[in-house]
Amino acid sequence: MEKFDKLTGIAAPLDILNVDTDMIIPKQFLKTIQRSGLGKNLFDEMRYTPDGEEIADFVLNQAAYREAQILVAGDNFGCGSSREHAPWALLDFGIRCIIAPSFADIFYNNCFKNGILPIVLPQEEVDKLMDDAQRGANATISIDLANQTIQGPDGGTISFEVDAFRKQCLMEGLDDIGLTLQKAQAIDAYEETLDAQPWR
Amino acid sequence: MSGTTLYDKIWDAHMVQADGDGNSLLYIDRHLVHEVTSPQAFEGLRMAGRRPRAPHKTLAVADHNIPTSDRSGGLDAIDDPESKLQIETLEKNCAEFGIDYLPMDDIRQGIVHVAGPEQGFTLPGLTIVCGDSHTSTHGAFGALAHGIGTSEVEHVLATQTLIQSKAKNFRINVVGNAPAHVTAKDIALAIIGEIGTAGGTGYVLEYAGPAIEALSMEGRMTLCNMSIEAGARAGLVAPDEKTFAFLKDRPRAPKGADWEKAAAYWQTLTSDDDAVFDKEITIDAAALPPLVTWGTSPQDVIAIDGHVPNPATIADEARRKATERALDYMGLEAGTPMQDVAIDRVFIGSCTNSRI
Repeated sequence: MEKFDKLTGIAAPLDILNVDTDMIIPKQFLKTIQRSGLGKNLFDEMRYTPDGEEIADFVLNQAAYREAQILVAGDNFGCGSSREHAPWALLDFGIRCIIAPSFADIFYNNCFKNGILPIVLPQEEVDKLMDDAQRGANATISIDLANQTIQGPDGGTISFEVDAFRKQCLMEGLDDIGLTLQKAQAIDAYEETLDAQPWR
Repeated sequence: MSGTTLYDKIWDAHMVQADGDGNSLLYIDRHLVHEVTSPQAFEGLRMAGRRPRAPHKTLAVADHNIPTSDRSGGLDAIDDPESKLQIETLEKNCAEFGIDYLPMDDIRQGIVHVAGPEQGFTLPGLTIVCGDSHTSTHGAFGALAHGIGTSEVEHVLATQTLIQSKAKNFRINVVGNAPAHVTAKDIALAIIGEIGTAGGTGYVLEYAGPAIEALSMEGRMTLCNMSIEAGARAGLVAPDEKTFAFLKDRPRAPKGADWEKAAAYWQTLTSDDDAVFDKEITIDAAALPPLVTWGTSPQDVIAIDGHVPNPATIADEARRKATERALDYMGLEAGTPMQDVAIDRVFIGSCTNSRI
């Protein structure tokens, strides 16, 4: 997993409530056997016509936001099916950070497992960043995970909260499996007790 | 000190280590794998040079991409190249990593949540996971079973554990005798109609009471399958004589002395009389009519002799708009008696109800 420390990038505004995982990556793209390559179909039904033409109005089709690395979005982002293809598609497009008033549980967890930082902020601060993001090419936002701060294009600073353990995993690029494997002795010890229940 | 619930008992029996930050490392007894949410997990193992910790605790079966039309031509006859590739990839991964696989032409192949119980892979008191939200089905056997994401599929393969935080306890008592034509699906819809599609969020549900005891194992599977539609991670029914009768002599169920020992342990898997639940409701099955949904969400539920609701009478704007959208999608007119809605197609083979 790629480490997350500091990120300075274009922020794209996606001012929609309840963006579900089928909007992020529609079900017909779940037949892949890879994690990579989903970025071209990110937000497919909002981004392209049925003929595959780009819809000019959609934010990520606009010249200023094609290289966006940050999304500023509405409440309950990532609800619906548990598909991890949603964070994979965002990451493959180049999104490393999503800022919203709230996230659905499973999606929120899946972000951390893929090196994406989801930031929860009060509505009024998200509104402010949404305004900033609407400035097109000038919508550059800086995220400093170590200090838990966001700096907008005008230099104003916003603080955010993040679970200490998840922060450490993101900053060091640690994956859960590596961490659990450090507890192999505890798993070994537990497995020895299974002899008493041979059906397990 | 008050007693413990069935969920508490299974949780405690599987605790490898509590991490002090609210997370625990939980041992996983059984892992079911299918073709849609597993390829990237196997690829992750391959890239990290890792092997499954306990491959015999995983069982793989392709189900999502198996054609619902003619399947006699086998894998080669699957038209969609991506569907075919996902199944082939599962076969190859199982061979490479030493995992038991039920092939497409094997009589044991079926929907993953049906194949598990049929094979006796699903047993009471176990922790069971699968990269599919309807894994809650296996709770019918008194197993703690829930869906996981692909990173977690890889985590279970590599470590046979999951990092979990404990859910709260929610008991749903279903009393009374269900009338004729009121089935487990009606009970599930009545519960969702009562608590809503997010009513179970953060909880493990335990279904209890005479109407649950009266259900067949197939009915209990239908009910537990729908737990996720109520927002709950898992649903449970305490194992009883019906459970044991269903499982006895299944291919992977314990045999002989092991069976006796297991059955004695399974008898202890009930919530204590003085167990405390964080939330509890009671539903009278005797008062339930057969239910159907008029919309696109399981909470859009109505009695079979009811009428399609009228959005104009709904004061809450967000709910009114959601109702309008659902009726538009369904092509239904407000006020239509549900019994006048013609049935165009009947699909037998969903994981909720595919048991004959």
